[in-house]
Amino acid sequence: MKRWIPLVLFAVLVGFFAKGLFLNPREVPSPFIGKPAPTFTLPVVGAAERTFSPEEMKGKVWLLNVWAPWCVSCRQEHEVLMSLVRERELAIVGLNWKDKKREAEQLLDQQGNPYVAVPDDLSGKTGIDYGVTGTPETYVIDKSGVIQMKHVGPITPEIWEKKFEPKLKELGA
Amino acid sequence: MIPELGHFAIIIALLLAITQAVLPLVGAQRGNLTLMAVARPAAQGQFVFLIIAYACLVYSFLVNDFTVENVARNSFSQLPEVYRITASWGSHEGSLLVWVLMLAFWGAAVSVFSRHLPDDMVARVIGVMGLISIGFIAFLLLTSNPFDRMIPPPPDGRDMNPLLQDWGMIIHPPMLYMGYVGFAVAFSFAIAALISGRLDAAWARWSRPWTTVAWAFLTLGIVLGSWWAYRELGWGGWWFWDPTENASFMPWLAGTALIHSLAVSEKRGAFKAWTVLLALTTFSLSLLGTFLVRSGVLSSVHAFATDPARGAFILGFLAVVIGGSLILYAWRAPKMVTGGAFNWFSREAMLLANNVVLLAAMGAVLLGTLYPLLMDALGMGKISVGPPYFNAVFVPLMAPALFLLGVGPLTRWKGESLPDMVTRLKWALAVAVVTGFALPFTLEGFNPWATLGFFLAIWITLSVLIGFRERLKHGARLSSLPRTFWGMQLAHFGLAWGIAGMTLVANYEQEKDVRMNVGDHTTLAGYTFTFKGTTEHDGPNYRAARGTVEVSRDGKLLNTLHPEKRIYNASGMPMTEAAVDYSFTSDIYVALGEPLDDEAKTWAVRVYHKPFINWMWYGATLMILGGFLAASDRRYRIAVKKLEAPAGAVARGA
Repeated sequence: MKRWIPLVLFAVLVGFFAKGLFLNPREVPSPFIGKPAPTFTLPVVGAAERTFSPEEMKGKVWLLNVWAPWCVSCRQEHEVLMSLVRERELAIVGLNWKDKKREAEQLLDQQGNPYVAVPDDLSGKTGIDYGVTGTPETYVIDKSGVIQMKHVGPITPEIWEKKFEPKLKELGA
Repeated sequence: MIPELGHFAIIIALLLAITQAVLPLVGAQRGNLTLMAVARPAAQGQFVFLIIAYACLVYSFLVNDFTVENVARNSFSQLPEVYRITASWGSHEGSLLVWVLMLAFWGAAVSVFSRHLPDDMVARVIGVMGLISIGFIAFLLLTSNPFDRMIPPPPDGRDMNPLLQDWGMIIHPPMLYMGYVGFAVAFSFAIAALISGRLDAAWARWSRPWTTVAWAFLTLGIVLGSWWAYRELGWGGWWFWDPTENASFMPWLAGTALIHSLAVSEKRGAFKAWTVLLALTTFSLSLLGTFLVRSGVLSSVHAFATDPARGAFILGFLAVVIGGSLILYAWRAPKMVTGGAFNWFSREAMLLANNVVLLAAMGAVLLGTLYPLLMDALGMGKISVGPPYFNAVFVPLMAPALFLLGVGPLTRWKGESLPDMVTRLKWALAVAVVTGFALPFTLEGFNPWATLGFFLAIWITLSVLIGFRERLKHGARLSSLPRTFWGMQLAHFGLAWGIAGMTLVANYEQEKDVRMNVGDHTTLAGYTFTFKGTTEHDGPNYRAARGTVEVSRDGKLLNTLHPEKRIYNASGMPMTEAAVDYSFTSDIYVALGEPLDDEAKTWAVRVYHKPFINWMWYGATLMILGGFLAASDRRYRIAVKKLEAPAGAVARGA
């Protein structure tokens, strides 16, 4: 029976691939869409006494960008975010996720800071409340504090134009 | 007109592939020489028509024919000419056309360099390659036609991905595909042998040079990719365990195992079933890599298309080819008689250990690459597996294999006396252990990882030297040693050299992120970097801020580097173009980060000192040369009749 083992293993793999084809690795159906953004109060990177909480953003359409200094694709995205905020008014909050080495402040100093505030989620608990699966991820939150969209993976100029631009217009940003 | 000609040429190539597959296979079954004789001209004809198709595609890119969708999406009127040519394989459609072109090339090569093989073997091998061609050309025509028109055309193209506008990318994909697709030859030989039921030493000998050449190309492709990532991504890293890198690394590991197990099958007639299975596995992994990259099931910086139709087609094809070959294997396996008993300490046992470790490493990479997909498919959430997993699993697996690499080539077939071996190797072992421990102390003090790396590099190097010495002691002259021996030793020494480079760069590299104003300087690893500011600089299809950084040591100016920050005109994508000062002992790598003020006077600057990183590329080059050298050995070209008798057991040039 030994000689059938490779075939059986392969058949199992094909089953998984077939299933995988119909899953989109970039599109995570988030149960949080249409629900109020989970609240939190976290210290802010680079401002020792300040804290940030989503309530401050009420009345504004804003983006919650989950990033980390150790995340390579976030660095790519960082350049895109920098050019976005240079061109237009945009409220991006950068949730600094599990920055165990404490590098965020230095990095933002050197590479520029596209964020209006950088709450510091050292334990990663706030990320879990939002259902973060990895960095970078970006949530679009409307004026009443409800999550309207989630994007997994780095934002590129193309994705921005196709996905974010229309959504922000719709929400009246 | 030209694009239609190209489209038409692909259709003719498909018809020729069908002819190439059906007639020779039927002929070989029936013993009909006329039908078998179709194999060679059909394979060569298919190659010619695919060249025509490919030339049409390149022409469309060169003349900026934006009515062709593929050109409009991947090229740009300001794109320099050389990149317009390489853009032809930068897209999904174009790269698939290169894939089938390479496959046809290998088919044509088999048709030319197979004069010494029996007719039915040639017919079957070329026939099986025709079957693979049918699948891929059909895929090309049905889901990914590179010549699809877009009317009316857009005013200008969308430009090639700026990351790919680099000369490392000019040759990386073709070389990688040469390797990927080259394993189709070993696969076809294995299938042909399974069909005919003649799994003998001759089959292994015919497969060996093809496998080795494909392996050498794949190595070259992987190294070029790594070198590109190092220079172009701007982070100074050279291996990221990205799914696409893994997709090329898995066939490499399996192919390396295959090269070694083919040696046993040829010389000793042992492990036949295992070797056949490995040949099937290696090409299956190439196909799997194609599926993973092309279908978009894994998210990766490299993934091109997320079109379920394409993914479903490749998966179906994968299931037919791999599933079919494994059924054939299971059906024929009982017929394979394994010959040649061997001792637990013998060349065979060493090569078996090599195979087990390489395949375990391959399995670990496969698991890490697919794990996110498996979890997702099981509804267990989205996760990602990063470099920590791969480094933690891969290094402990490979270290013992590399130690055995020092012993294996010196071991006799069938059986070897352990005390003898200890006597032959004790000095080498002592020297390697002592230097391995001592070297880190001359640098930065005790470092177990550096010790392990140095030990292995020195150990393998000494073993290579001992291999030569023992051969010469037995009366051989350097010039009379067979090329297979030279090739093996060169590749093994190249690996040792590469390990030394990896160890040095991984343990002793230094980096610094600094904020620099005009005239500021910073020091790293004894070098002083002075930032002289940036100037505006216009490239053919981008605008750049071009920095000037002077590198000096002890007050003496060594070099002036010009890292750039580019914005590409068509896509608006920012790109970091690092500047590197290459030398034999170290690279000095400078990259511009972001401007930190409005006048662009102050910049974030990243400087790296990468000691001996070039040794990795040098070592890999030797491995590649070793592969080509071994494959060119004259004994592979000797006509079949003279070698029908089992190869002598005394031959030691595995």
